[in-house]
Amino acid sequence: MEARQMSTKPRIVITGLGLTAPNGNSLGEFRANLLAGKARIAVIDVRHMGRHPAGVCDFDATKWQKRKEIRNGTRVGSISIYCSREALGDSGLDWDKVDKSRVGVYLGITEHGNVETENESHNISQFGNDTKYWTHHHNPRTVANNPAGEVTMNMGITGPHYTIGAACAAGNAGLIQAAQMLQLGEVDIAFAGGVSESIHTFGIFAGFKNQGALGAHEDPTKASRPFDKNRNGIVISEGGAIYVLERLDDALARGARIIAEIAGWCINSDATDAVLPNPERQTECVRMALKRAGMKPQDIQIVSTHATATALGDIQECTALRAVFTDCPDTKINNTKSFIGHCMGAAGALELAGNLPSFDDGWVHPTINIEELDPECAIPGLVINQPVKVESVNAILNNSFGMLGINSALIVKKYGVA
Amino acid sequence: MTKEDIKQVVLDIIADIAPDENLAAVKPEVRLRDQLSLDSMDFLDIVMELRKKHGIEVPEADYVQLASLDSCANYLLPKFQAKAGK
Repeated sequence: MEARQMSTKPRIVITGLGLTAPNGNSLGEFRANLLAGKARIAVIDVRHMGRHPAGVCDFDATKWQKRKEIRNGTRVGSISIYCSREALGDSGLDWDKVDKSRVGVYLGITEHGNVETENESHNISQFGNDTKYWTHHHNPRTVANNPAGEVTMNMGITGPHYTIGAACAAGNAGLIQAAQMLQLGEVDIAFAGGVSESIHTFGIFAGFKNQGALGAHEDPTKASRPFDKNRNGIVISEGGAIYVLERLDDALARGARIIAEIAGWCINSDATDAVLPNPERQTECVRMALKRAGMKPQDIQIVSTHATATALGDIQECTALRAVFTDCPDTKINNTKSFIGHCMGAAGALELAGNLPSFDDGWVHPTINIEELDPECAIPGLVINQPVKVESVNAILNNSFGMLGINSALIVKKYGVA
Repeated sequence: MTKEDIKQVVLDIIADIAPDENLAAVKPEVRLRDQLSLDSMDFLDIVMELRKKHGIEVPEADYVQLASLDSCANYLLPKFQAKAGK
């Protein structure tokens, strides 16, 4: 494979961030809980399935939306608007002076539309399955661009918008898409990341349950336990993390605070199995991202793992990481799903966000809920249950993998570091 | 069921579908669209809620009859009465 280093193209930086996670509605709150080891997982009633652990967000949708917008739109639309508006505030952009036709919205999603279709199926079941009771809101709510489109309507953005369907690699994929569009000059400002409303569809719970991959524990905050020997599956969560991305020159020209620089990335495909990850392709994905970033494995201080607490998936990722990060004594490896569950389309974007403050504070949050480390997941550098302080963090590798064998690796670096 | 009852039925539906609107000063003789922020999807919501909550059908050709509270009352009164008489 040929790789072109990012240095031959415009440099892309992060200048704003908004998020909602099950344990925080701002980066500050989210980060504090990650360093304090505070998971937040609720137990919810899932239609047809009873009570299950799930990550639930409690942001105030009315902060940025009228009640009618909330009623007519989707849950993930509200998540997207909240995160985008918060990101805008964080970016310091003078919104009134921004040319809205030069702004793009690129949001990663694992799936979309299941929530509304399930709701309407239930609705008409109360009327003898007569489809004349099926809401006319169904189609605008379920078109695949819905979350990004709701953002454009709320914010008056007239540039391009669409979602990037990439299973659970979607958070990284949204950011990568935005970086590419900025490099191509298609837009000047991008709102990008990943979002998910998946806890509101029973289908995803039932699918994982029948796959033997739905996490459970009497204490819901311990249900998501990647790398633990007794892990038993995924905790499904909702959430979102949306970033403001700009070309470096534009960000410098307006005196923006630069949070981080996008250094390199790769998306590839296993082409082997619909659900079982392929560590060889994951290894290739990480290596290609490093090559494009012009980095060696030793240049990475934090690897944010994708591991979802499935029996095989965690081992496969550890196999891939062992292959790449040999002789890397200063590389720390962590996991955020142990705190918030699997936020699906938002996972990669949120997990990156939780690690970004490490550039400034030098702390690496752990993976929690490990009572007995699975020997097959005992990779060097794994930060277990307690955060660690390191000398400096200059580069973070963010892994996100998904069904149908989609792999993504995104590297961000501290701005100003060669 | 009186015309005033029907106006209240319609207002209650609008309160659900347009929760940001102040309905206290709605003038019954003025077109709803001219005094409230309602679009075509909202009128479809009114039609749907009449169907779901009250079993009242409004054919597409008659949507124009839902323009104001007064026209709603005039148009819907016989339908509600027929429903009550069943």
